[in-house]
Amino acid sequence: MTSLTLTLADSATMLRRNLKHQLRYPSLTLMLAGLPIVFLLLFVYVFGGQLGTGLGGHGAVGRDAYLTYVVPGILIITVASAALGTAISVATDMTGGIIDRFRTMAISRGAVLTGHVIGSLLQTLAVLVLVLGVALAIGFRSHASALEWLATAGVLAMFAFALIWLSAALGMAAKSVETASNTPMFLTLLPFLSSGFVPTATMPAGLRQFAEYEPFTPVTQTVRGLLTGAPVATHAIPAIAWSAAIALASYLWAVRLYNRRRAATPS
Amino acid sequence: MTINPAKPAISAHAVRKSFGEHIVLDGVDLTVAEGTIFSLLGPNGAGKTTMVRILSTLIAADAGDIQVGGHDVATNPKAVRALIGVTGQFSAVDNYLTGEENLRLMADLRHLGRAAGRRRVAELLERFDLTDASRKPLSAYSGGMRRRLDLAMTLVGNPSVIFLDEPTTGLDPRSRRTMWQIIRELVADGVTIFLTTQYLDEADQLADYVAVLDHGRIVAEGTPAELKRRVPGGHIQLQFAEPGALRAAVGLIPAGTPDDDQLIMQVPGDGSIASLRRVLNELHDARIDVENLSIHSPDLDDVFFAVTGHATTGHATTEPSARHEEEALQR
Repeated sequence: MTSLTLTLADSATMLRRNLKHQLRYPSLTLMLAGLPIVFLLLFVYVFGGQLGTGLGGHGAVGRDAYLTYVVPGILIITVASAALGTAISVATDMTGGIIDRFRTMAISRGAVLTGHVIGSLLQTLAVLVLVLGVALAIGFRSHASALEWLATAGVLAMFAFALIWLSAALGMAAKSVETASNTPMFLTLLPFLSSGFVPTATMPAGLRQFAEYEPFTPVTQTVRGLLTGAPVATHAIPAIAWSAAIALASYLWAVRLYNRRRAATPS
Repeated sequence: MTINPAKPAISAHAVRKSFGEHIVLDGVDLTVAEGTIFSLLGPNGAGKTTMVRILSTLIAADAGDIQVGGHDVATNPKAVRALIGVTGQFSAVDNYLTGEENLRLMADLRHLGRAAGRRRVAELLERFDLTDASRKPLSAYSGGMRRRLDLAMTLVGNPSVIFLDEPTTGLDPRSRRTMWQIIRELVADGVTIFLTTQYLDEADQLADYVAVLDHGRIVAEGTPAELKRRVPGGHIQLQFAEPGALRAAVGLIPAGTPDDDQLIMQVPGDGSIASLRRVLNELHDARIDVENLSIHSPDLDDVFFAVTGHATTGHATTEPSARHEEEALQR
Protein backbone atom coordinates (compact mmCIF):
# COMPACT_ATOMS: atom_id res chain seq x y z
CA MET A 1 0.00 0.00 0.00
CA THR A 2 1.19 3.51 -0.70
CA SER A 3 1.51 6.00 2.10
CA LEU A 4 -1.62 7.85 0.92
CA THR A 5 -3.80 4.72 1.02
CA LEU A 6 -2.31 3.88 4.43
CA THR A 7 -3.18 7.35 5.70
CA LEU A 8 -6.72 6.98 4.36
CA ALA A 9 -7.08 3.48 5.82
CA ASP A 10 -5.83 4.56 9.27
CA SER A 11 -8.01 7.67 9.26
CA ALA A 12 -11.03 5.55 8.29
CA THR A 13 -10.25 3.14 11.15
CA MET A 14 -10.04 6.05 13.60
CA LEU A 15 -13.27 7.52 12.19
CA ARG A 16 -15.06 4.18 12.70
CA ARG A 17 -13.77 4.14 16.28
CA ASN A 18 -15.15 7.62 16.98
CA LEU A 19 -18.50 6.89 15.36
CA LYS A 20 -18.77 3.74 17.49
CA HIS A 21 -18.14 5.87 20.59
CA GLN A 22 -20.91 8.27 19.51
CA LEU A 23 -23.40 5.49 18.81
CA ARG A 24 -22.62 3.65 22.03
CA TYR A 25 -22.79 6.75 24.20
CA PRO A 26 -25.35 9.00 22.49
CA SER A 27 -25.71 11.16 25.61
CA LEU A 28 -22.96 13.54 24.48
CA THR A 29 -24.58 13.98 21.06
CA LEU A 30 -27.96 14.63 22.68
CA MET A 31 -26.40 17.09 25.11
CA LEU A 32 -24.81 18.95 22.20
CA ALA A 33 -28.22 19.11 20.46
CA GLY A 34 -29.98 20.08 23.67
CA LEU A 35 -28.44 23.52 24.07
CA PRO A 36 -29.48 24.95 20.66
CA ILE A 37 -32.95 23.40 20.95
CA VAL A 38 -33.46 25.04 24.34
CA PHE A 39 -32.27 28.36 22.89
CA LEU A 40 -34.61 27.96 19.92
CA LEU A 41 -37.66 27.37 22.12
CA LEU A 42 -36.62 30.07 24.60
CA PHE A 43 -36.04 32.74 22.00
CA VAL A 44 -39.10 31.95 19.92
CA TYR A 45 -41.68 31.43 22.68
CA VAL A 46 -40.34 33.64 25.51
CA PHE A 47 -38.67 36.53 23.70
CA GLY A 48 -40.01 35.99 20.17
CA GLY A 49 -43.28 37.93 20.45
CA GLN A 50 -41.52 41.04 21.67
CA LEU A 51 -38.42 40.70 19.47
CA GLY A 52 -40.66 40.10 16.44
CA THR A 53 -42.32 43.48 17.07
CA GLY A 54 -38.97 45.09 16.45
CA LEU A 55 -38.80 43.28 13.11
CA GLY A 56 -42.07 44.90 12.08
CA GLY A 57 -44.70 42.32 13.11
CA HIS A 58 -47.15 42.15 16.03
CA GLY A 59 -48.28 39.29 18.28
CA ALA A 60 -48.38 35.91 16.49
CA VAL A 61 -47.18 37.56 13.27
CA GLY A 62 -44.21 38.97 15.18
CA ARG A 63 -43.36 35.57 16.63
CA ASP A 64 -43.44 33.98 13.15
CA ALA A 65 -41.25 36.76 11.78
CA TYR A 66 -38.78 36.24 14.61
CA LEU A 67 -38.77 32.44 14.05
CA THR A 68 -37.77 33.05 10.44
CA TYR A 69 -35.12 35.51 11.59
CA VAL A 70 -33.61 33.40 14.39
CA VAL A 71 -33.36 29.94 12.77
CA PRO A 72 -30.13 30.75 10.89
CA GLY A 73 -28.67 32.02 14.18
CA ILE A 74 -29.79 28.84 15.91
CA LEU A 75 -28.18 26.71 13.20
CA ILE A 76 -24.92 28.61 13.71
CA ILE A 77 -25.03 28.22 17.49
CA THR A 78 -25.68 24.52 16.86
CA VAL A 79 -22.42 24.34 14.94
CA ALA A 80 -20.60 26.15 17.76
CA SER A 81 -22.15 23.98 20.44
CA ALA A 82 -21.49 20.71 18.59
CA ALA A 83 -17.84 21.68 18.17
CA LEU A 84 -17.47 21.52 21.97
CA GLY A 85 -17.74 17.75 21.67
CA THR A 86 -14.49 17.59 19.73
CA ALA A 87 -12.46 19.18 22.50
CA ILE A 88 -13.95 16.72 24.98
CA SER A 89 -13.33 13.63 22.87
CA VAL A 90 -9.81 14.72 21.88
CA ALA A 91 -8.88 15.49 25.48
CA THR A 92 -10.36 12.19 26.68
CA ASP A 93 -8.11 10.40 24.22
CA MET A 94 -5.01 12.42 24.99
CA THR A 95 -5.28 12.00 28.75
CA GLY A 96 -6.04 8.26 28.51
CA GLY A 97 -3.64 5.37 28.10
CA ILE A 98 -4.59 4.38 24.58
CA ILE A 99 -2.86 7.32 22.92
CA ASP A 100 0.51 5.93 24.07
CA ARG A 101 -0.39 2.65 22.41
CA PHE A 102 -1.21 4.46 19.17
CA ARG A 103 2.07 6.32 19.35
CA THR A 104 4.11 3.14 19.62
CA MET A 105 2.38 1.73 16.54
CA ALA A 106 3.25 2.44 12.94
CA ILE A 107 0.10 4.50 12.35
CA SER A 108 -0.04 7.33 9.83
CA ARG A 109 0.57 10.67 11.41
CA GLY A 110 -2.54 12.69 11.87
CA ALA A 111 -4.91 9.71 11.59
CA VAL A 112 -5.94 10.10 15.22
CA LEU A 113 -6.87 13.78 14.80
CA THR A 114 -8.44 13.26 11.37
CA GLY A 115 -10.65 10.53 12.83
CA HIS A 116 -11.83 12.90 15.56
CA VAL A 117 -12.46 15.81 13.20
CA ILE A 118 -14.39 13.87 10.55
CA GLY A 119 -16.30 12.05 13.30
CA SER A 120 -17.27 15.37 14.87
CA LEU A 121 -18.25 16.79 11.50
CA LEU A 122 -20.68 13.91 10.91
CA GLN A 123 -21.95 14.32 14.48
CA THR A 124 -22.50 18.05 13.89
CA LEU A 125 -24.44 17.37 10.70
CA ALA A 126 -26.64 14.88 12.57
CA VAL A 127 -27.24 17.43 15.35
CA LEU A 128 -28.07 20.10 12.73
CA VAL A 129 -30.70 17.81 11.20
CA LEU A 130 -32.18 17.27 14.66
CA VAL A 131 -32.32 21.01 15.43
CA LEU A 132 -33.72 21.85 12.00
CA GLY A 133 -36.36 19.15 12.57
CA VAL A 134 -37.48 20.93 15.75
CA ALA A 135 -37.48 24.29 13.92
CA LEU A 136 -39.70 22.85 11.19
CA ALA A 137 -41.96 21.25 13.78
CA ILE A 138 -42.62 24.62 15.44
CA GLY A 139 -43.45 26.23 12.15
CA PHE A 140 -40.25 27.36 10.43
CA ARG A 141 -40.72 27.46 6.65
CA SER A 142 -38.30 28.38 3.88
CA HIS A 143 -38.79 28.96 0.16
CA ALA A 144 -35.22 27.96 -0.57
CA SER A 145 -34.62 25.77 -3.62
CA ALA A 146 -32.88 22.42 -3.38
CA LEU A 147 -29.69 24.10 -4.57
CA GLU A 148 -29.99 26.77 -1.86
CA TRP A 149 -30.54 24.10 0.79
CA LEU A 150 -27.46 22.32 -0.51
CA ALA A 151 -25.49 25.57 -0.35
CA THR A 152 -26.75 26.10 3.23
CA ALA A 153 -25.51 22.63 4.18
CA GLY A 154 -22.20 23.42 2.50
CA VAL A 155 -21.73 26.73 4.37
CA LEU A 156 -22.65 25.12 7.70
CA ALA A 157 -20.31 22.17 7.07
CA MET A 158 -17.49 24.51 6.09
CA PHE A 159 -17.90 26.62 9.23
CA ALA A 160 -18.30 23.48 11.36
CA PHE A 161 -15.08 22.08 9.92
CA ALA A 162 -13.25 25.26 10.97
CA LEU A 163 -14.68 25.35 14.51
CA ILE A 164 -14.05 21.61 14.97
CA TRP A 165 -10.36 22.02 14.17
CA LEU A 166 -10.27 24.93 16.61
CA SER A 167 -11.96 22.81 19.24
CA ALA A 168 -9.58 19.89 18.51
CA ALA A 169 -6.64 22.23 19.10
CA LEU A 170 -8.20 23.46 22.35
CA GLY A 171 -8.72 19.82 23.36
CA MET A 172 -5.04 19.11 22.63
CA ALA A 173 -3.95 22.14 24.63
CA ALA A 174 -6.07 21.22 27.66
CA LYS A 175 -4.38 19.32 30.49
CA SER A 176 -7.61 17.63 31.55
CA VAL A 177 -11.00 16.69 30.14
CA GLU A 178 -12.66 19.21 32.49
CA THR A 179 -10.58 22.07 31.11
CA ALA A 180 -11.29 20.87 27.58
CA SER A 181 -15.03 21.04 28.16
CA ASN A 182 -14.76 24.65 29.39
CA THR A 183 -12.26 26.43 27.13
CA PRO A 184 -14.33 26.29 23.91
CA MET A 185 -17.41 27.70 25.71
CA PHE A 186 -16.70 31.17 24.29
CA LEU A 187 -17.72 29.73 20.92
CA THR A 188 -21.32 29.48 22.12
CA LEU A 189 -21.22 33.09 23.31
CA LEU A 190 -20.03 34.62 20.03
CA PRO A 191 -23.31 33.94 18.15
CA PHE A 192 -25.06 36.29 20.62
CA LEU A 193 -22.61 39.04 19.74
CA SER A 194 -23.45 38.66 16.05
CA SER A 195 -26.48 39.07 13.82
CA GLY A 196 -27.67 35.65 14.97
CA PHE A 197 -30.39 36.76 17.41
CA VAL A 198 -30.98 40.46 16.75
CA PRO A 199 -29.90 42.72 13.88
CA THR A 200 -26.50 44.29 14.59
CA ALA A 201 -27.97 47.72 13.74
CA THR A 202 -29.81 47.69 17.10
CA MET A 203 -26.58 47.36 19.08
CA PRO A 204 -24.62 50.28 20.60
CA ALA A 205 -21.52 51.50 18.76
CA GLY A 206 -18.43 49.47 19.61
CA LEU A 207 -20.39 46.31 20.16
CA ARG A 208 -21.99 46.87 16.76
CA GLN A 209 -18.61 47.10 15.03
CA PHE A 210 -17.41 43.99 16.82
CA ALA A 211 -20.60 42.13 15.83
CA GLU A 212 -20.35 43.20 12.22
CA TYR A 213 -16.78 42.08 11.81
CA GLU A 214 -16.64 38.89 13.85
CA PRO A 215 -16.81 35.63 11.85
CA PHE A 216 -20.24 34.51 13.10
CA THR A 217 -22.04 37.42 11.43
CA PRO A 218 -21.08 36.82 7.78
CA VAL A 219 -21.71 33.09 8.19
CA THR A 220 -25.11 33.72 9.77
CA GLN A 221 -25.99 36.28 7.10
CA THR A 222 -25.01 33.85 4.33
CA VAL A 223 -27.23 31.11 5.75
CA ARG A 224 -30.05 33.63 6.34
CA GLY A 225 -29.73 34.86 2.78
CA LEU A 226 -29.87 31.35 1.36
CA LEU A 227 -32.91 30.39 3.44
CA THR A 228 -34.90 33.64 3.06
CA GLY A 229 -33.88 34.72 -0.44
CA ALA A 230 -31.92 37.80 0.72
CA PRO A 231 -28.68 38.70 -1.12
CA VAL A 232 -25.79 36.42 -0.20
CA ALA A 233 -22.71 37.45 -2.15
CA THR A 234 -21.42 40.24 0.15
CA HIS A 235 -21.53 37.90 3.13
CA ALA A 236 -20.41 34.68 1.47
CA ILE A 237 -16.91 35.88 0.69
CA PRO A 238 -15.97 36.91 4.27
CA ALA A 239 -17.73 33.76 5.52
CA ILE A 240 -15.55 31.58 3.33
CA ALA A 241 -12.44 33.56 4.17
CA TRP A 242 -13.05 33.36 7.92
CA SER A 243 -13.76 29.62 7.76
CA ALA A 244 -10.65 28.91 5.73
CA ALA A 245 -8.47 31.04 8.01
CA ILE A 246 -9.81 29.51 11.23
CA ALA A 247 -9.54 25.99 9.81
CA LEU A 248 -5.97 26.46 8.61
CA ALA A 249 -4.66 28.18 11.73
CA SER A 250 -6.36 25.67 14.03
CA TYR A 251 -5.19 22.71 11.97
CA LEU A 252 -1.58 23.89 12.17
CA TRP A 253 -1.91 24.56 15.90
CA ALA A 254 -3.52 21.17 16.62
CA VAL A 255 -0.94 19.23 14.61
CA ARG A 256 1.88 21.12 16.30
CA LEU A 257 0.48 20.29 19.73
CA TYR A 258 0.02 16.67 18.70
CA ASN A 259 3.58 16.37 17.51
CA ARG A 260 4.94 18.09 20.57
CA ARG A 261 3.13 15.55 22.73
CA ARG A 262 4.89 12.90 20.73
CA ALA A 263 7.75 14.30 22.80
CA ALA A 264 10.01 15.37 20.00
CA THR A 265 10.79 12.05 18.37
CA PRO A 266 11.82 12.89 14.82
CA SER A 267 9.64 10.86 12.49
CA MET B 1 11.47 -17.27 13.44
CA THR B 2 15.08 -18.24 14.06
CA ILE B 3 16.56 -17.53 17.42
CA ASN B 4 20.06 -16.23 17.37
CA PRO B 5 21.20 -15.51 20.91
CA ALA B 6 24.26 -13.69 19.64
CA LYS B 7 22.26 -11.10 17.74
CA PRO B 8 20.88 -8.40 20.00
CA ALA B 9 17.19 -7.50 19.67
CA ILE B 10 17.82 -4.37 21.71
CA SER B 11 21.06 -2.56 22.31
CA ALA B 12 21.41 0.71 24.14
CA HIS B 13 24.59 2.55 24.85
CA ALA B 14 25.17 5.47 27.21
CA VAL B 15 21.51 6.45 27.39
CA ARG B 16 20.85 9.65 29.25
CA LYS B 17 17.63 11.41 30.04
CA SER B 18 16.75 14.17 32.42
CA PHE B 19 13.56 16.05 33.04
CA GLY B 20 14.63 19.56 33.95
CA GLU B 21 17.14 19.32 36.76
CA HIS B 22 16.21 15.77 37.57
CA ILE B 23 18.50 13.14 36.03
CA VAL B 24 16.44 10.01 35.40
CA LEU B 25 18.85 7.93 33.32
CA ASP B 26 22.53 8.51 33.84
CA GLY B 27 24.39 6.54 31.18
CA VAL B 28 22.55 3.24 30.84
CA ASP B 29 24.05 0.44 28.74
CA LEU B 30 22.15 -2.72 28.01
CA THR B 31 21.92 -5.50 25.47
CA VAL B 32 19.04 -7.90 25.06
CA ALA B 33 19.61 -11.12 23.09
CA GLU B 34 16.93 -12.11 20.60
CA GLY B 35 14.39 -14.60 21.89
CA THR B 36 15.12 -14.02 25.57
CA ILE B 37 13.43 -12.38 28.53
CA PHE B 38 15.36 -9.43 29.83
CA SER B 39 14.27 -7.95 33.11
CA LEU B 40 14.99 -4.43 34.21
CA LEU B 41 14.60 -4.52 37.94
CA GLY B 42 14.41 -1.56 40.22
CA PRO B 43 12.41 0.24 42.88
CA ASN B 44 9.79 2.88 42.06
CA GLY B 45 11.40 5.94 40.54
CA ALA B 46 14.53 4.11 39.40
CA GLY B 47 13.89 5.10 35.76
CA LYS B 48 12.45 1.83 34.44
CA THR B 49 9.41 3.35 32.77
CA THR B 50 11.50 6.15 31.25
CA MET B 51 13.77 3.52 29.73
CA VAL B 52 10.78 1.68 28.25
CA ARG B 53 9.35 4.93 26.87
CA ILE B 54 12.65 5.71 25.18
CA LEU B 55 13.12 2.21 23.74
CA SER B 56 9.53 2.17 22.45
CA THR B 57 9.91 5.55 20.64
CA LEU B 58 7.53 7.44 22.94
CA ILE B 59 10.14 9.90 24.10
CA ALA B 60 13.60 10.76 22.86
CA ALA B 61 16.73 10.23 24.92
CA ASP B 62 18.95 13.26 25.56
CA ALA B 63 21.97 11.22 24.50
CA GLY B 64 22.85 7.65 23.66
CA ASP B 65 22.83 5.18 20.82
CA ILE B 66 19.79 2.91 20.75
CA GLN B 67 18.90 0.15 18.31
CA VAL B 68 15.76 -1.98 18.43
CA GLY B 69 15.51 -4.85 15.96
CA GLY B 70 18.46 -3.38 14.11
CA HIS B 71 16.83 0.02 13.62
CA ASP B 72 17.93 3.24 15.22
CA VAL B 73 15.23 4.55 17.52
CA ALA B 74 16.14 8.19 16.91
CA THR B 75 16.44 8.18 13.12
CA ASN B 76 14.01 5.44 12.12
CA PRO B 77 11.25 5.23 14.74
CA LYS B 78 8.74 4.06 12.13
CA ALA B 79 10.67 0.86 11.44
CA VAL B 80 10.98 0.26 15.17
CA ARG B 81 7.24 0.79 15.70
CA ALA B 82 6.46 -1.79 13.02
CA LEU B 83 8.11 -4.54 15.04
CA ILE B 84 7.46 -3.70 18.66
CA GLY B 85 4.51 -4.13 20.97
CA VAL B 86 4.14 -2.24 24.22
CA THR B 87 2.02 -2.98 27.26
CA GLY B 88 2.49 -0.18 29.71
CA GLN B 89 1.91 0.14 33.37
CA PHE B 90 -1.34 1.98 32.79
CA SER B 91 -4.07 0.32 30.85
CA ALA B 92 -3.99 1.28 27.18
CA VAL B 93 -7.39 0.08 26.11
CA ASP B 94 -10.37 1.93 24.66
CA ASN B 95 -12.91 2.00 27.47
CA TYR B 96 -15.80 2.83 25.16
CA LEU B 97 -15.40 -0.29 23.04
CA THR B 98 -15.89 -3.98 23.81
CA GLY B 99 -12.96 -6.35 24.15
CA GLU B 100 -13.50 -7.68 20.65
CA GLU B 101 -13.77 -4.18 19.17
CA ASN B 102 -10.52 -3.20 20.86
CA LEU B 103 -8.77 -6.12 19.23
CA ARG B 104 -10.40 -5.38 15.85
CA LEU B 105 -9.18 -1.81 16.12
CA MET B 106 -5.62 -3.10 16.53
CA ALA B 107 -6.06 -5.55 13.63
CA ASP B 108 -7.25 -2.68 11.40
CA LEU B 109 -4.38 -0.42 12.44
CA ARG B 110 -1.93 -3.24 11.71
CA HIS B 111 -3.59 -3.59 8.27
CA LEU B 112 -4.18 -7.31 8.69
CA GLY B 113 -7.12 -7.35 6.29
CA ARG B 114 -10.67 -8.35 7.11
CA ALA B 115 -10.44 -12.15 7.13
CA ALA B 116 -6.98 -12.44 8.67
CA GLY B 117 -7.88 -9.79 11.24
CA ARG B 118 -11.01 -11.61 12.29
CA ARG B 119 -9.09 -14.88 12.63
CA ARG B 120 -6.35 -13.28 14.71
CA VAL B 121 -8.88 -11.58 17.01
CA ALA B 122 -10.79 -14.84 17.59
CA GLU B 123 -7.53 -16.67 18.25
CA LEU B 124 -6.36 -14.09 20.82
CA LEU B 125 -9.74 -13.95 22.59
CA GLU B 126 -9.57 -17.73 22.93
CA ARG B 127 -5.95 -17.77 24.06
CA PHE B 128 -6.47 -15.10 26.69
CA ASP B 129 -9.69 -16.63 27.94
CA LEU B 130 -11.76 -13.59 26.94
CA THR B 131 -14.15 -15.20 24.46
CA ASP B 132 -17.11 -15.12 26.86
CA ALA B 133 -16.55 -11.46 27.65
CA SER B 134 -15.67 -10.42 24.09
CA ARG B 135 -18.90 -8.49 23.47
CA LYS B 136 -19.09 -6.92 26.90
CA PRO B 137 -18.09 -3.32 27.56
CA LEU B 138 -14.81 -2.92 29.40
CA SER B 139 -16.61 -1.62 32.49
CA ALA B 140 -17.57 -5.25 33.10
CA TYR B 141 -13.93 -6.42 33.03
CA SER B 142 -11.86 -7.22 36.11
CA GLY B 143 -8.34 -5.89 36.55
CA GLY B 144 -6.85 -9.17 35.40
CA MET B 145 -9.10 -9.30 32.32
CA ARG B 146 -8.16 -5.75 31.35
CA ARG B 147 -4.50 -6.58 31.65
CA ARG B 148 -4.96 -9.70 29.52
CA LEU B 149 -6.86 -7.69 26.90
CA ASP B 150 -4.12 -5.06 27.00
CA LEU B 151 -1.49 -7.69 26.27
CA ALA B 152 -3.67 -9.35 23.63
CA MET B 153 -3.94 -5.96 21.86
CA THR B 154 -0.17 -5.72 21.91
CA LEU B 155 0.10 -9.15 20.28
CA VAL B 156 -2.33 -8.55 17.40
CA GLY B 157 0.41 -7.51 15.00
CA ASN B 158 2.77 -10.36 15.98
CA PRO B 159 5.49 -8.05 17.31
CA SER B 160 8.95 -9.57 17.56
CA VAL B 161 10.01 -7.39 20.49
CA ILE B 162 7.56 -6.82 23.35
CA PHE B 163 7.96 -4.29 26.13
CA LEU B 164 6.11 -5.10 29.31
CA ASP B 165 6.25 -2.31 31.84
CA GLU B 166 5.34 -3.77 35.22
CA PRO B 167 2.80 -6.13 33.68
CA THR B 168 1.68 -7.65 36.97
CA THR B 169 1.66 -4.62 39.27
CA GLY B 170 -1.66 -4.54 41.05
CA LEU B 171 -2.75 -8.01 39.98
CA ASP B 172 -3.82 -10.69 42.42
CA PRO B 173 -1.46 -13.70 42.72
CA ARG B 174 -3.61 -15.87 40.50
CA SER B 175 -3.78 -13.35 37.64
CA ARG B 176 -0.09 -12.81 38.10
CA ARG B 177 0.65 -16.46 37.54
CA THR B 178 -1.55 -16.50 34.45
CA MET B 179 0.44 -13.54 33.13
CA TRP B 180 3.72 -15.31 33.84
CA GLN B 181 2.51 -18.35 31.92
CA ILE B 182 1.57 -16.18 28.95
CA ILE B 183 4.97 -14.49 29.00
CA ARG B 184 6.74 -17.87 29.02
CA GLU B 185 4.67 -19.03 26.06
CA LEU B 186 5.53 -15.88 24.12
CA VAL B 187 9.23 -16.31 24.54
CA ALA B 188 8.90 -19.97 23.57
CA ASP B 189 7.56 -18.69 20.24
CA GLY B 190 10.77 -16.74 19.70
CA VAL B 191 9.64 -13.29 20.83
CA THR B 192 12.07 -11.06 22.71
CA ILE B 193 10.70 -9.66 25.94
CA PHE B 194 11.82 -6.58 27.79
CA LEU B 195 10.21 -6.72 31.19
CA THR B 196 10.38 -4.17 33.94
CA THR B 197 9.39 -5.16 37.40
CA GLN B 198 9.76 -4.19 41.00
CA TYR B 199 8.99 -7.75 42.06
CA LEU B 200 12.22 -9.60 42.63
CA ASP B 201 10.63 -13.02 42.45
CA GLU B 202 9.09 -12.10 39.09
CA ALA B 203 12.51 -11.42 37.59
CA ASP B 204 13.78 -14.58 39.23
CA GLN B 205 10.94 -16.65 37.78
CA LEU B 206 10.97 -15.30 34.26
CA ALA B 207 14.16 -13.58 33.25
CA ASP B 208 17.08 -15.04 31.37
CA TYR B 209 19.05 -11.93 32.21
CA VAL B 210 18.53 -9.28 34.85
CA ALA B 211 19.83 -5.75 35.11
CA VAL B 212 19.31 -3.85 38.33
CA LEU B 213 18.54 -0.18 37.82
CA ASP B 214 18.95 2.21 40.71
CA HIS B 215 18.99 6.00 40.52
CA GLY B 216 19.35 5.92 36.75
CA ARG B 217 22.31 3.56 36.62
CA ILE B 218 22.71 -0.17 36.07
CA VAL B 219 24.25 -1.31 39.36
CA ALA B 220 24.39 -5.04 38.64
CA GLU B 221 23.57 -7.42 35.84
CA GLY B 222 23.73 -11.10 35.04
CA THR B 223 21.57 -14.19 35.00
CA PRO B 224 19.51 -14.59 38.17
CA ALA B 225 21.81 -17.47 39.20
CA GLU B 226 24.95 -15.39 38.62
CA LEU B 227 23.54 -12.53 40.63
CA LYS B 228 22.59 -14.80 43.47
CA ARG B 229 26.04 -16.41 43.50
CA ARG B 230 27.56 -12.99 44.05
CA VAL B 231 25.96 -12.54 47.41
CA PRO B 232 26.76 -14.55 50.49
CA GLY B 233 23.97 -15.64 52.72
CA GLY B 234 23.09 -19.23 51.76
CA HIS B 235 23.06 -21.41 54.87
CA ILE B 236 21.37 -24.21 56.75
CA GLN B 237 20.09 -23.33 60.18
CA LEU B 238 19.98 -26.07 62.79
CA GLN B 239 18.00 -25.77 65.99
CA PHE B 240 18.96 -27.89 68.97
CA ALA B 241 16.98 -28.90 72.04
CA GLU B 242 19.76 -28.50 74.62
CA PRO B 243 23.20 -26.82 74.89
CA GLY B 244 25.07 -30.14 74.97
CA ALA B 245 23.88 -31.04 71.51
CA LEU B 246 24.88 -27.64 70.17
CA ARG B 247 28.39 -27.95 71.63
CA ALA B 248 28.78 -31.44 70.16
CA ALA B 249 27.63 -30.15 66.76
CA VAL B 250 30.12 -27.27 66.84
CA GLY B 251 32.89 -29.77 67.46
CA LEU B 252 31.70 -31.88 64.58
CA ILE B 253 31.17 -29.09 62.00
CA PRO B 254 33.80 -26.38 62.45
CA ALA B 255 32.36 -24.22 59.64
CA GLY B 256 29.19 -23.65 61.61
CA THR B 257 28.46 -20.47 63.51
CA PRO B 258 26.74 -21.23 66.82
CA ASP B 259 24.37 -19.00 68.73
CA ASP B 260 24.42 -20.21 72.32
CA ASP B 261 21.43 -18.19 73.47
CA GLN B 262 19.06 -19.47 70.84
CA LEU B 263 20.65 -22.91 70.61
CA ILE B 264 21.06 -22.61 66.87
CA MET B 265 23.91 -23.08 64.45
CA GLN B 266 24.25 -21.71 60.92
CA VAL B 267 26.17 -23.84 58.43
CA PRO B 268 27.14 -22.04 55.21
CA GLY B 269 26.12 -23.89 52.08
CA ASP B 270 24.31 -23.62 48.79
CA GLY B 271 21.21 -25.37 50.11
CA SER B 272 21.56 -28.35 47.78
CA ILE B 273 20.26 -31.78 48.78
CA ALA B 274 23.78 -33.24 48.73
CA SER B 275 25.19 -30.69 51.15
CA LEU B 276 22.14 -31.05 53.33
CA ARG B 277 22.45 -34.83 53.38
CA ARG B 278 26.14 -34.60 54.26
CA VAL B 279 25.48 -32.41 57.28
CA LEU B 280 22.55 -34.51 58.46
CA ASN B 281 24.50 -37.77 58.04
CA GLU B 282 27.39 -36.42 60.09
CA LEU B 283 25.01 -35.37 62.86
CA HIS B 284 23.17 -38.68 62.71
CA ASP B 285 26.40 -40.70 62.87
CA ALA B 286 27.47 -38.71 65.93
CA ARG B 287 23.99 -39.29 67.46
CA ILE B 288 23.31 -35.58 67.86
CA ASP B 289 19.61 -34.77 67.86
CA VAL B 290 18.46 -31.85 65.73
CA GLU B 291 15.13 -30.44 66.73
CA ASN B 292 14.48 -28.30 63.66
CA LEU B 293 16.12 -27.36 60.38
CA SER B 294 15.58 -24.54 57.92
CA ILE B 295 17.29 -23.62 54.66
CA HIS B 296 18.01 -20.08 53.63
CA SER B 297 19.09 -19.62 50.01
CA PRO B 298 20.02 -16.16 48.73
CA ASP B 299 17.34 -14.58 46.60
CA LEU B 300 17.25 -11.43 44.53
CA ASP B 301 16.28 -9.53 47.66
CA ASP B 302 19.74 -10.22 49.04
CA VAL B 303 21.22 -9.29 45.67
CA PHE B 304 19.28 -6.09 45.57
CA PHE B 305 20.28 -5.14 49.05
CA ALA B 306 23.92 -5.98 48.36
CA VAL B 307 24.20 -3.96 45.15
CA THR B 308 22.11 -0.94 46.06
CA GLY B 309 22.79 -0.74 49.75
CA HIS B 310 19.09 -0.36 50.39
CA ALA B 311 16.11 -2.67 50.24
CA THR B 312 13.36 -2.40 47.67
CA THR B 313 11.71 0.29 49.69
CA GLY B 314 8.06 0.23 50.43
CA HIS B 315 7.36 -3.09 48.89
CA ALA B 316 5.79 -6.20 50.33
CA THR B 317 8.51 -8.51 49.03
CA THR B 318 10.89 -7.08 51.59
CA GLU B 319 8.68 -8.51 54.28
CA PRO B 320 9.61 -12.17 54.73
CA SER B 321 6.17 -13.13 55.95
CA ALA B 322 4.42 -11.51 53.02
CA ARG B 323 6.80 -13.13 50.58
CA HIS B 324 6.23 -16.57 52.02
CA GLU B 325 2.53 -16.02 51.91
CA GLU B 326 2.79 -15.13 48.25
CA GLU B 327 4.92 -18.18 47.52
CA ALA B 328 2.43 -20.38 49.31
CA LEU B 329 -0.34 -19.00 47.13
CA GLN B 330 1.63 -19.69 44.00
CA ARG B 331 2.02 -23.38 44.80
